[in-house]
Amino acid sequence: MRNFTCSLVILVLLTQASNAKPLTYALPDETATLRPGPGMETARDVCISCHSVDYINMQPPRRGSEFWEAEVKKMIKSYHAPISEADAKTITDYLAKTY
Amino acid sequence: MDRRSLLEGLGGAVAGAALTNFLSPFGARAQGVTLPFANGERPLVRYPGKRPLIQLTARPPQLETPFSVFDESVITPNDAFFVRYHLSDIPLSIDPEAFRLEVKGKVDRSLSLSLADLKTGFEPVELVAVHQCSGNSRGFVEPRVAGGQLGHGAMGNARWRGVPLKAVLDRAGVQAGSRQVTFNGLDEPALPETPDFVKALDLDHARDGEVMLAYAMNGEDLPWLNGFPLRLVVPGYYGTYWVKHLNEITVIDHVFDGYWMASAYRMPDNDCACVEPGRGTTATVPIRRFNVRSFVTNLAEGDEVKAGAPTLVKGIAFDGGYGISDVLMSWDGGQNWSETRLGSDLGRYSFREWRTELPLPAGTHELKVRAINRIGQSQPMTPLWNPPGYLRNVVETVRVVAA
Repeated sequence: MRNFTCSLVILVLLTQASNAKPLTYALPDETATLRPGPGMETARDVCISCHSVDYINMQPPRRGSEFWEAEVKKMIKSYHAPISEADAKTITDYLAKTY
Repeated sequence: MDRRSLLEGLGGAVAGAALTNFLSPFGARAQGVTLPFANGERPLVRYPGKRPLIQLTARPPQLETPFSVFDESVITPNDAFFVRYHLSDIPLSIDPEAFRLEVKGKVDRSLSLSLADLKTGFEPVELVAVHQCSGNSRGFVEPRVAGGQLGHGAMGNARWRGVPLKAVLDRAGVQAGSRQVTFNGLDEPALPETPDFVKALDLDHARDGEVMLAYAMNGEDLPWLNGFPLRLVVPGYYGTYWVKHLNEITVIDHVFDGYWMASAYRMPDNDCACVEPGRGTTATVPIRRFNVRSFVTNLAEGDEVKAGAPTLVKGIAFDGGYGISDVLMSWDGGQNWSETRLGSDLGRYSFREWRTELPLPAGTHELKVRAINRIGQSQPMTPLWNPPGYLRNVVETVRVVAA
């Protein structure tokens, strides 16, 4: 009886072990795109390494270069995005003109 | 006048959001909503386990609850509950049996707790509490500020079940001289250089008996995007502290200086947590408790009601945990106010329902709602402003037409 109980416990443990598998979650596709304009390719290539571009699209409209310069600076200073000075200027100009 | 300029012309006072089809900036013709501020078009997207929600961003996901949900029930359903992440590398595969919560740092015994340990090794507690994003309603802030451009849907009210953080800390044995407790989850930044999302609470707060390690929400496992399988619940405090997919708790003997405490989620260090609109801030402190808010949920901007007959007006109110004592309603733009009837009390951290009947004469009426909590705090008639667009709690206005 004792052997039988042991076997049963082992069987249950084995069954549980084989059933135990990670749960997964599937995110819907990312669909947002940037508005066309000079510098768009640079902005796209740089920004999408960390986030979808709806982060940009949703911002209040026509806030000008000071607003966008501060945002690009925040990405570099606070989040340590590796953006060259030249790219940062291209992206800031694109955002300020296009958004 | 097209729909968008009509909505913009309403001046940002709309409680709900107009359901519309629009040619989205996302490429395809999609179901969407237009939140009532400039550039407020958003797609409605269905995520696994969620009904279609207002998508703010895709990577990482940020989803807002359509406002009409708040009129359906005082508890926000799990499939409608808002979602807010900071970092792109969110967990997409979790083995609930292999999951462990590590408790370490300045403790006598480091712990490594499975979900089963948490569910069976501690006395469970339940609490109804509002969860709200610090930047809820940021889209209405004028002058506009950068950040998540949210309507009013980054809030929700749920019944949380879990283990008091105090019980877990007591089992680990907090060492003398400890100052704070930090919380980290499974989400990671896209770049290793980006600061990981780690938050901190003072030790006394962490041990107040109410801060909870929650594994269930409204009687079910936490939804994936709301922090499955374990999250911190910090009743009355802004959502930034409610770390999702929580797997690491560290007791420290200093004040945590990580980016998400020392630089982000800070508010002006003064009584109103506000500055003159458009100005910068000098001294700041970490954001703390919710201020008082109230909303009409059953009427939206521009709705028509029957003149002369009693019009039911109802909604919700909440605060940072003192409890709502009164909700006042004005239908003449704030000249005169009358008491409303409060609904059942689900606890001082919960949404509190309220309702009243107004015999509105023919014409356009500005309905305003204002709540007061048990320590006399209320809501300002004109908005307070701060650079990050946090803590918005102005008295909301809904214009209705009685005919």
